[in-house]
Amino acid sequence: MSEGKDRGGFYDTGWQPAGDVHRDEDGRPHDHPGLQEDVVLGVRASRALAMHELLVEKGVIGGHDVDDAIELWSERVPSNGATLVAKAWVDPEFKARLLEHPKETVVESGFVPEHNADIIVLENTSTVQHMVVCTLCSCYPTALLGPPPDWYKSFSYRSRAVTEPRAVMSEFGLELEEDVEVRVVDSNSELRFLVLPRRPAGTEGWSEERLATLVTRDSMIGVSAPLSPDSVQN
Amino acid sequence: MPELLFSPGDRVLVRDETPPHHHRTPWYVKARRGVVLEFIGMYLDSETRAHGGSGLPELPMYRVEFDQTELWPEYAESPGDKLWVDLYEHWLQRA
Repeated sequence: MSEGKDRGGFYDTGWQPAGDVHRDEDGRPHDHPGLQEDVVLGVRASRALAMHELLVEKGVIGGHDVDDAIELWSERVPSNGATLVAKAWVDPEFKARLLEHPKETVVESGFVPEHNADIIVLENTSTVQHMVVCTLCSCYPTALLGPPPDWYKSFSYRSRAVTEPRAVMSEFGLELEEDVEVRVVDSNSELRFLVLPRRPAGTEGWSEERLATLVTRDSMIGVSAPLSPDSVQN
Repeated sequence: MPELLFSPGDRVLVRDETPPHHHRTPWYVKARRGVVLEFIGMYLDSETRAHGGSGLPELPMYRVEFDQTELWPEYAESPGDKLWVDLYEHWLQRA
């Protein structure tokens, strides 16, 4: 892609940037991988790209900051949390450490808590079911579960989770006996809560990797149970 | 480390105040009674931090447990259900 064509294509509003654009911090011109010459960007994409160029030009961000952020977010996925849960199910010492020193154990396991937030792990038992909500905003253990789902951020969930948690869980397919204590945990922005769900019956002898396939994001928020062993192909 | 005003097991009443600035005490626990579960640490003061302040000095925070029936008199799902929330010490008074 030639630079002249590049510039003309992206800045189709007629606005021309001062000086050279599309250069790395070290002055090397660079390309936008994935963009073909004949791709016409919509107005929002063009605007985002123009803002990006300006922020780099003005020195507000470095040339690779956005790519680094995208890479970081792509590493934040629910399988991170599932790995920890499955390991806790098979390794009692690991589980004890995860519950006692959650943040250290998460970091040792190779995950980076967002904003260096503290992490608390809440263990579900036969008598207690934890369910996490952030009524004020959308605090969520993104390092372990990825970005929160839209429903977690919805006004409906944030209000109903504290007023009728069992009705909400029922809609997620979880019916609890009345003598199981439902413990709703209203998350605070300094702390992130991860629910350690109960290991499903019928999984004796399973490997960590196989167990992890049962651990859903929603079971680590506490609104549902992990998948049952007969619901997955093995 | 300041002397802590509350210990696990203490009955507390959340202050019924609505300061004009940002605060993280949910309205539904204000003027409600709960029990201190534990002191969870010293945290930057989000009420000053939200307005350009440093958040210093750090303040004690406690995990407080409420009966759902205390929070919502009409709560009908199960009488043993609870709610946990973390609150700064200055929002709590002895009940």
